[in-house]
Amino acid sequence: MTRSAKKGPFVNEKLFKKVQKAKESGNREPIKTWARSCTVIPEFIGQTFMVHNGKTFHKIFITEDMVGHKLGEFSPTRIFRGHGGIKKEEETAAAE
Amino acid sequence: MPRISGVDIPNEKPVRISLKYIFGIGTTTALEICQKVGVDPQIKANKLTEDQLSKIAAVLESDYVVEGQLRRQIQQNINRLKEIGTYRGYRHRRGLPVRGQRTKTNARTRKGPRKTVAGKKSVKEMR
Repeated sequence: MTRSAKKGPFVNEKLFKKVQKAKESGNREPIKTWARSCTVIPEFIGQTFMVHNGKTFHKIFITEDMVGHKLGEFSPTRIFRGHGGIKKEEETAAAE
Repeated sequence: MPRISGVDIPNEKPVRISLKYIFGIGTTTALEICQKVGVDPQIKANKLTEDQLSKIAAVLESDYVVEGQLRRQIQQNINRLKEIGTYRGYRHRRGLPVRGQRTKTNARTRKGPRKTVAGKKSVKEMR
């Protein structure tokens, strides 16, 4: 279900304030944030965010295309390292 | 056989059905078009006059995105997701379900035919 249009997009207030501050001062430092549920709004374009994924921060430079998506979409929380079959294990053992 | 919107040749079925053979036109849109053009949805497609055909083509052209153009649009949307590095784009790239479905079992439409892994314990063996 999409969010009611009446409410407008969800934007983390604190983060929004930080962005405005950074814009005013021309500070290009990436903004560290845990607000994965915050929607990317046009004001964010050109900013760099460090979005938390539960463990580390992912550096994300916001472009025009990203507007309307959530910050969390750009910071994957799982890493797939492949399925290790017996064959693969043998290969790695042989390599060593 | 009448020819609408490029290569589409809907057959000897009622207009509301034969319009559905166009990619991007479903039941609802087909009826909508019939209404807009003022054609009886029940008459056979081969009974359509030249005039009606051109009218249908005109409506399709102006109000709907169909066939190649629609396919291109869909592909563009997917590519956009891939380019901006979203989770959904990643799922598309991997050929896995995009909308949070389970992948432990099922998801065969996206994953394709089963790839059997040698040495993997089956449910029967574990008992």
